[in-house]
Amino acid sequence: MSALRVLKSAEFDLLQIRRDFPALHQKVHGKPLVYLDNAATTQKPKAVIDAVSQFYRSDCSNVHRAVHALSERATNAYEAARRTVQQFINARSEREIVFVRGATEAINLVMNSFVRPRMKSGGEILISVLEHHSNIVPWQLLAEQTAARLVVAPINDDGELMLDEFEQCLSSRTVFVSLAHISNALGTVLPVREIVQMAHARNIPVLIDGAQAVAHAGVDVHELDCDFYAFSGHKVFGPTGIGVLYGRENLLDEMPPYQAGGDMIRTVTFEKTTYNDLPYKFEAGTPHIAGAIGLGAALEYLKRVGIDRAGAHERGLLAYGTELLTAIPGLRMIGTAREKIGVFSFVLEGVHPHDVGTILDRDGIAVRTGHHCAQPVMERFGVPATTRASLALYNSKAELDALANGIRRLQKLFAISG
Amino acid sequence: MNDIEIADLYQELIVDHSRRPRNYRRLENATHQAEGFNPLCGDKVKVYVDLENDVVRDISFEGEGCAISKASASLMTETIKGKSKAEVEQLFSRFRDLATGTGDGSGLGKLAVFSGLRGFPARVKCATLVWHTLRAALEQTANIVSTE
Repeated sequence: MSALRVLKSAEFDLLQIRRDFPALHQKVHGKPLVYLDNAATTQKPKAVIDAVSQFYRSDCSNVHRAVHALSERATNAYEAARRTVQQFINARSEREIVFVRGATEAINLVMNSFVRPRMKSGGEILISVLEHHSNIVPWQLLAEQTAARLVVAPINDDGELMLDEFEQCLSSRTVFVSLAHISNALGTVLPVREIVQMAHARNIPVLIDGAQAVAHAGVDVHELDCDFYAFSGHKVFGPTGIGVLYGRENLLDEMPPYQAGGDMIRTVTFEKTTYNDLPYKFEAGTPHIAGAIGLGAALEYLKRVGIDRAGAHERGLLAYGTELLTAIPGLRMIGTAREKIGVFSFVLEGVHPHDVGTILDRDGIAVRTGHHCAQPVMERFGVPATTRASLALYNSKAELDALANGIRRLQKLFAISG
Repeated sequence: MNDIEIADLYQELIVDHSRRPRNYRRLENATHQAEGFNPLCGDKVKVYVDLENDVVRDISFEGEGCAISKASASLMTETIKGKSKAEVEQLFSRFRDLATGTGDGSGLGKLAVFSGLRGFPARVKCATLVWHTLRAALEQTANIVSTE
């Protein structure tokens, strides 16, 4: 069994994969780029860049409109991308895949078209401390407008959601549950399957914000049994400005449109407009066609690499990096969940994260510093900000060595023994 | 531009002032005070001034932030103690020119140690927050100041 595992991970050709990503092969401040800001956005493989370029070079046209050849090619490519997404996350039907701008828009769509009509005064929306601002602020807005209440499930000192406490937050007042699949600030993987079961046992629908998950873990919405699943293309090697809302067909069917305009209608008269079928009812206006095609190419690429193989590689890096970084005196890791992906969020004694970010940048190392759009997480751990190094499938042990060496050097600059 | 190194920014004097900031306290008899806050990066500073006849008799600060913002605040308070409002304005404009690479730092004394900032445009806001906060205090404008 273990021999088989070794063999399988050996099939993961890191050098070849790195060759697939042109942006990785550059120098920054004279040093080879070490890109460790993947939770913010990932670099793009040639397959994606080529697909986007191909669209603009030869297939550029609007979709679902004209009968000419270019429009047919554009429409076919756009709809093929939708099928790729559907198969990638194992949705039952293409009608359940709505192209949006990103996870943020997907959450706002569900907030406005699904939750708002169901919300009543005193109703509750349940989220967790781990959420990104994009899964906090829409619900706050709705709560303000409908006299509803936002309930926040707590986490423990390792940055893990506690299922018992979560279950206690569910009540007869809970109208909706919206939770991250994986925390962007800490990398914690939430027990989403159990969460969905607990909520469904009380007939409460659930949205999972999968922005951090799709590039790192296999997502199966059928098995997960969630009602909505949201993610952004750019965090899974696709273009910016494109994302996906998965929604159960029967729920999407009964929801009013989110935005109104062209393409989302069947017939328009000044007396009455009838809406188009799913998913077009939710895709008003000309969509981000090139973006959708690029996202399709990104998911095809990930499928070719093998999400399991990539995941195994990243888990190896996580273990290696955790050992390497926690051995540095004065380094405190924030987020030590048992189930986590390759995110190292840390603070250094006596050195502010912004100084860490500036100094590492001069070593060619790209990390994120700040609150990572998750201020409640920072508050929970009593820090104003952290330095975050986040992995993708193209990162290497050598890059983690470079990070650790960079940290030790900057500690010397600040005259801290290390 | 690219030959400006980390060591040019994080000079010993800056690191020292960031680790042991001078005049870091609340000034009980302050006649003027103001707050600065850069919400994106979280830097916070509070400046207290005891002004008499348009001369800074005493000045102190409190706050939270990166090495650059702390050292800038610490060195600023040392430099402007005893200076008139007009002199503060002159120092501010020279400091800003130094930070953005349009000035040579002459007449700035110890503050010239921030010359490395011109190679790090993203960090200029860290160094200038306390100066804008001081000016707000002197001008008695009530709002919280930001350089983002």
